[in-house]
Amino acid sequence: MVIYGVSLLAVCTIVGIILGEVFGFVIGVQANVGGVGIAMLILVLVIDAFKKRGRLSMPTQDGLSFWGAMYIPIVVAMAANQNVVGAIEGGPLAITAGVSAVIAGFLFVPLISKIGRNRKDTYDPGEDRRIL
Amino acid sequence: MSDDLFNVFVDNGLVFAFALIGAIMFVAYLISRYLTRGHVHGSAIAIVLGLVLAYIGGVHSGGDSGIADVQLFTGISLLGGAMMRDFAIVATAFGASMNELKRAGLVGVISLFVGVILSFVVGIVIGLMFGYTDAISLTTIGAGAATYIAGPVTGSAIGASSEVITLSIAAGLMKSVLTMSATPFVAKYIGLNNPRSAIVFGGLLGTTSGVSGGLAATNPKLVPYGALTATFYTGLSCLLGPSVIFLIMRATFGV
Repeated sequence: MVIYGVSLLAVCTIVGIILGEVFGFVIGVQANVGGVGIAMLILVLVIDAFKKRGRLSMPTQDGLSFWGAMYIPIVVAMAANQNVVGAIEGGPLAITAGVSAVIAGFLFVPLISKIGRNRKDTYDPGEDRRIL
Repeated sequence: MSDDLFNVFVDNGLVFAFALIGAIMFVAYLISRYLTRGHVHGSAIAIVLGLVLAYIGGVHSGGDSGIADVQLFTGISLLGGAMMRDFAIVATAFGASMNELKRAGLVGVISLFVGVILSFVVGIVIGLMFGYTDAISLTTIGAGAATYIAGPVTGSAIGASSEVITLSIAAGLMKSVLTMSATPFVAKYIGLNNPRSAIVFGGLLGTTSGVSGGLAATNPKLVPYGALTATFYTGLSCLLGPSVIFLIMRATFGV
């Protein structure tokens, strides 16, 4: 049933967000630490396990993929909710800081992406003998 | 009668939002096909149209939730709010590959730390250029250059003034808006076309709304990878800002 997929998604989301809150509390931060990311990892693992056992019916998958496909429209709605006026009225300091942070981030993408890329992805038997 | 009709839209806010966003997507894809001959992706245009609506709504209402502050469009705040955003982001993980995530695990963590520290450094340098010299204000502006949540969280933790906190929020908003709209245009120059670089991108930029919007407009398949690292970024900034970074700043500049 479609609702099984939607419900599975909801359970993963809530469990992830709760874990993010707990994690934030434990390390003493007033923010949710990676809740959505944890939820995504849980979902990937759960789906993997269900698929291996053949327990993920087509309607269940439809319930999941529908919300994945609704993502872009939701992002457009989110864009329409942003405080764009606030961002512009923040003045030159806020604009310069925001713009510079984005440019710096963009410039570092190719640099960091290179790290470890040349390493072989295949299993290297020599690794077993290497002294750690 | 006209009041009754108006109430139909308000009472069915979420349903009206579905219709409205569908119309915006339709217009955006027409512009993409006929005005840019497919060079600019329809989603990118739709997001920019959303931001334009947010600006018009903000000017019209004086509020801080974009078009959603105009009574007719309150349903947009439900559809585009944090709850639906997070729910849909998690749903995108349905298409993510376990192997890709495993392979980029380490580089994802590296990009998170580099991204957070980079944003703080940039924010602090800009703060210095604009004449701020105390550790509290500089750290808060640095946190704002990370995300618009990290700014106020850090600022209130270390006792920054309300104008500095407001500045930090504005810097974070600017970052989010620019990441959303500029990413599709720079994607090919920074190699943003595979899961690995998307994970790095999410860790470096970190603004969840900016990263998820920017990647959606670039290539929807990349969204889960970038979103995964980005969701750890605000938490990490809130952790490092008031602690390690503030201590370093206090040792360097004094209070």
